[in-house]
Amino acid sequence: MPVESSLARISGKASIVGVAESDEIGKVPNKSPLQHHAEAARNALEDAGLKLSDVDGFLTAGYNGYDVAEYLGIQPRYTDSTSVGGSSFVIHLAHALAAINAGYCEVALITHGQAGRSDRARPGPNPGLPAAQYESPHGIMGPPITYALACNRYLHQYGEDRTRQAMAEIAVSTRKWANLNPKAYMQAEKMTFDDYHDSRWIAWPFHLLDCCLVTDAGAAIVVTSASRARDTKKNPIRILGVGEGHDHSMISQMPDLTSAFGRNTGPQAMKMAGVGHGDFDLTMIYDSFTYTVLVTLENLGFCKPGEAADFVAGQRTAPGGNFPLNTSGGGLSYTHPGMYGIFLIVEAVRQLRNECGDRQVADCRLALVHGTGGSLSSTGTTVLGRA
Amino acid sequence: MTGKATTPAPMTPVPVPQPESDRYWEGLRRSEIWVRRCEGCGKPYFYPRDICPHCASAKTQWFRASGRGVIHTYAIVHRAPHPGFGDKVPYVVAIVELEEGVRVPTNIVGVEPEPTKIKIGSRVVPVFEKLTDTITLLKFKPA
Ligand SMILES: [Zn+2]
Repeated sequence: MPVESSLARISGKASIVGVAESDEIGKVPNKSPLQHHAEAARNALEDAGLKLSDVDGFLTAGYNGYDVAEYLGIQPRYTDSTSVGGSSFVIHLAHALAAINAGYCEVALITHGQAGRSDRARPGPNPGLPAAQYESPHGIMGPPITYALACNRYLHQYGEDRTRQAMAEIAVSTRKWANLNPKAYMQAEKMTFDDYHDSRWIAWPFHLLDCCLVTDAGAAIVVTSASRARDTKKNPIRILGVGEGHDHSMISQMPDLTSAFGRNTGPQAMKMAGVGHGDFDLTMIYDSFTYTVLVTLENLGFCKPGEAADFVAGQRTAPGGNFPLNTSGGGLSYTHPGMYGIFLIVEAVRQLRNECGDRQVADCRLALVHGTGGSLSSTGTTVLGRA
Repeated sequence: MTGKATTPAPMTPVPVPQPESDRYWEGLRRSEIWVRRCEGCGKPYFYPRDICPHCASAKTQWFRASGRGVIHTYAIVHRAPHPGFGDKVPYVVAIVELEEGVRVPTNIVGVEPEPTKIKIGSRVVPVFEKLTDTITLLKFKPA
């Protein structure tokens, strides 16, 4: 097919050469969201051995590009503010790959910053959107509620008890990874299965411990051409495959509550990279909720619909298991400032560079990164590999 | 500081109808449910707009739905997402599939907010709940 063959032509033709978080993440009441953008940008460029003046492409989400670029003092010749929720930054990788190969820019900087806990400004939903007419008046507002609606449909179709156990498996295994990550918000807090089952209800079927954290944090990524990547400080990590898209905005408009757009973006990214499900050493899946991981594993084709409970059984995704998943501790236990997707990339790059200390996955060469945004609305998948 | 007795309770979000949805909201005020169907492909759809989301046709029309439906999914909200819902938790949110074939976001009322008391696939009928002088919300209760 023509589209896929032209994608295959740019597979690996841009690399991630810098990744970083902002200086402090977690509970940071003394810093604005834009300061998180700026700190992360500086740190990621330092990681790459590049300067802000080298940047000629700028990508961000949650703001118009010029808002953040002005704060940083840069004047990019390529700009992309694609903002489709927490998957946006994974999608930015695809756009940076395309822009660099089309000659729009050579050094692309992607930034994120949110003060989910501490922000002094709390904008409400846009009153002109259909969601404000049809969902918000009923108290259908925010991810815990919209994802709970999807999750309960899944429980109905595939069985409540086995799925509940699988949700607990994800909560507990992800916390074990966080216990190994010095930057994780929950690094010092152990979690047992009883802790999970005993935690209070937020929006049934979600316990508190089904839900991601709410933190203050920023992160940034530097992407450049394969040729320029040879001169940067660390091992470049190649962008081998990408996929992006969305199939609804409001949860009540989701065509099938148990099938998100990863059913398309996963296969596209893997085909472009020329890899299969068994090839990944690391899988990073946006864990806004425990349930999000289960349904995503199915949508991406790691297992069949309804089989995620068997796939993750017995702490298979925990440290020591044979399917390392969300090794940073994820949105559930490491950090989640609102749009978490960029942190999936940061961890995947660090694992592929062998920088992860106690939580390092042995001989990590190929990683799958998958972001989900909105109310299971948008997805971005990317395949990353060590050069 | 005003005392507790004089502080009005926070309001839940009030919809702002758009030109394309005026008739939907006018219908609910009269306890009627009006939704759209495409004349091009024949399929019904929700929410109201002048372009068919199935085939992009501009030839669409209003029709009155019966209001009978089944619960497609639901959830029970324990932590209020907005100050207006602070005194309403726990409450039941749902997506109901009307017998005409469209799904609407809504609440299930007249039931205990307990997972054992509410079944996906069970039949529901409409409840028209007045929110303001101009806005009535479409909710459902067990049939
Ligand atoms: Zn049509």
